[in-house]
Amino acid sequence: MAHSHNTSHGAPAPVGGNLMNAATTVSAVLIAVMLAVLITRFIFGLGAVTNLNDGYPWGIWVVVDVVIGSAFACGGFSVAMLVYIFNKGQYHPIVRPALLASLFGYTLAGVGVIFDLGRWWNFWHIFWPGYANPNSVMFEVAVCISAYIVVMWLEFSPAFLEKWGKHETKKKLNKVLFFLVALGTVLPMMHQSSLGTLLVVMGVQINPLWQTQFLPLIFLLSAIAIGYGVVLFESCIASSAYRRTIETHLLDPMAKIMLGVLACFLIVRFGDLLVRGALVEAFKPTFIALSFWVENLCFVAPFLLVGSATARRNPAKLFLAGVAIMLGGIFLRINGFLIGYDTGPGWTYFPSVPELLVTIGMFAIEILGYIIITRRFPVLPREADHAFSARS
Amino acid sequence: MQAGENSRRRFLKGCAAAGGVAVAAGAVSTSVEARETRSRPAEALGLLYDATLCVGCKACVAACKTANKNPAEFSTLDKLWDTPLDTTGHTFNLIKMYRNGTMETKDAETNGYAFMKTSCMHCADPSCVSACPVSAMTKDPVTGVVGYEASACIGCRYCVAACPFGIPKYQYDSPTGQIGKCELCRHRYKDGNYSACAEVCPTGATLYGKTSDLLAEAKRRLALKPGSVTVYPRGNISGGKDQSYEGYVGTYKQHVYGETEYGGTQVLKLSAVEFEKVGMPNLPPEAAAAHSETIQHTLYGGMLMPIAVLGAMTFIAKRNVHHEDASDAVQPDASKEEA
Ligand code: SF4
Ligand code: SF4
Ligand code: SF4
Repeated sequence: MAHSHNTSHGAPAPVGGNLMNAATTVSAVLIAVMLAVLITRFIFGLGAVTNLNDGYPWGIWVVVDVVIGSAFACGGFSVAMLVYIFNKGQYHPIVRPALLASLFGYTLAGVGVIFDLGRWWNFWHIFWPGYANPNSVMFEVAVCISAYIVVMWLEFSPAFLEKWGKHETKKKLNKVLFFLVALGTVLPMMHQSSLGTLLVVMGVQINPLWQTQFLPLIFLLSAIAIGYGVVLFESCIASSAYRRTIETHLLDPMAKIMLGVLACFLIVRFGDLLVRGALVEAFKPTFIALSFWVENLCFVAPFLLVGSATARRNPAKLFLAGVAIMLGGIFLRINGFLIGYDTGPGWTYFPSVPELLVTIGMFAIEILGYIIITRRFPVLPREADHAFSARS
Repeated sequence: MQAGENSRRRFLKGCAAAGGVAVAAGAVSTSVEARETRSRPAEALGLLYDATLCVGCKACVAACKTANKNPAEFSTLDKLWDTPLDTTGHTFNLIKMYRNGTMETKDAETNGYAFMKTSCMHCADPSCVSACPVSAMTKDPVTGVVGYEASACIGCRYCVAACPFGIPKYQYDSPTGQIGKCELCRHRYKDGNYSACAEVCPTGATLYGKTSDLLAEAKRRLALKPGSVTVYPRGNISGGKDQSYEGYVGTYKQHVYGETEYGGTQVLKLSAVEFEKVGMPNLPPEAAAAHSETIQHTLYGGMLMPIAVLGAMTFIAKRNVHHEDASDAVQPDASKEEA
């Protein structure tokens, strides 16, 4: 059989179980708090709830909720690329859960943008020919992210169509799935790189450690690596929360691929710093330099944690490697957008409590959504099918 | 479950395609289609601010408020008069003060004080215009004035982040906040007026006119002997009635700020104190907007690259996405009928 490598997977199935538990209740409360803050924001303006100012016009709602949030949502993109572009069929069982997390991450990032827009009712102008400015990096980011969100919902819709028994629609969708998959690879490449390019126009205001023409490549490679890191992280969490066997036979080779991408990233990153002579900045006695080293230690840590084949079979180490790379991603982005950003003396920014509550609320939505969907829709591989042996 | 020769070849092909994308992205910095830094339009309008002439009367600040219908802003307990500490969404022009030591001598770097005007520089290649996703920031092709259109703006504040002079400011205190910045009083031209700050300036420290005329005037001043007497125009250097007067020449730094910074600005400045000390950043001659748009155009020019990559990905995905990828979940043997 031509596609034999695909047919032995554990088919996705709902996990089942109760939706009312501690995790969902806490999430619901956090979401309610977030809504209260947002109501205040929309009635009284951004200044009423945030610490944003003209020295730091972008705070955590942009940098964490959108820039970092979307990078964390790259699991779907990274795994789909393995399965469909590099034809690594064995990763098929983790495509759906990864795609689900991506779907949530991106949809929330897209919605989160609205909270931050000072004149949100004009948002559609970005897509309108008379207004749109294709020279603007923000334009490119906005259009690609929006398109990717739509593509992902379509890519993911088989899970809903199965649940609702719409097999005809599903069949039709499957015929064009390959094109959705292709779009789902190209669009994230475009906007994940552009999220880095966003910094270029800020020019000399960005510290030379993060201001380079290679920002697009650096952000793209880091996003792909983070995608695998997030899958490691999520797989370990899902396994422990739902008391399922951990998919070490998949996570081990995937971690190896992740290290490969990470190595490319580090070569580009440090090669660029050396060529530009910017590395001297990293040896100045500044907080910025410290933050730079923390960022890069996080990116190097996975090599120490899961560099050996034995270590890669240890779920705890896989989990930690995933966490390290995610932290590296957080630091790269916060360093570039906030810590390494200097608009002149007198400006400071630290997120306000309400600002933090909104960001926390966004993560709560993600967790709540993930729980509801995996318990009620066929997303995670059926546990009995999980090992290679049993097939129903 | 073993990967056959076939799939290995496909894997390599996939690698090659993905590698191509990476290489293409990496080629950004060596691109031949680099977008050059733009220069000012021939008829560019602007201001010349000469800090050695400024007496700090702030008539220009008050006139700017009136001309733009902006409210007073307070920084003192007794809210008696307009005392903003920086430009804001409601203050587009401000005179700031440099102080050092005993502050005895005007325009001395040590133990002295000096003034500096803060307002939009009307850059030749403005970062704010390049950044704005919805063309709410525009550069007039004839006058070069950088204008703002609130009805188009989405309030993303990318312009605020992008401007190297920290000029566009957002009104955080309002649910419908706008960006506020100097537009060189473009709304007053049709009544025969020009920039309010230059109209009211008693010393000609703020002078309005064509940037080419202003640049010539700035260079004339730099060539004069400090302490000698010369004629200073006031108001509009490129027309209108003659309001010139005689005054002493200051000890200028030999630098017309704005002549080359980021490709040049339409507002030019002269100072006796080092520009960085009075808050004007050290900027290279290439505009950040040009760097940013070079990347954008290399990657997305004519959408050629994205379409090529999409084509390659579609080709590969078509071979690798199997019908059962989505449907084996419910019909384990669906693949047999389709394969
Ligand atoms: S009106 Fe002229 S002299 Fe007075 S503060 Fe403004 S620039 Fe200086
Ligand atoms: S000074 Fe700032 S706001 Fe004014 S044109 Fe230049 S970039 Fe735009
Ligand atoms: S805040 Fe308004 S003017 Fe500034 S970049 Fe965004 S849309 Fe453009």
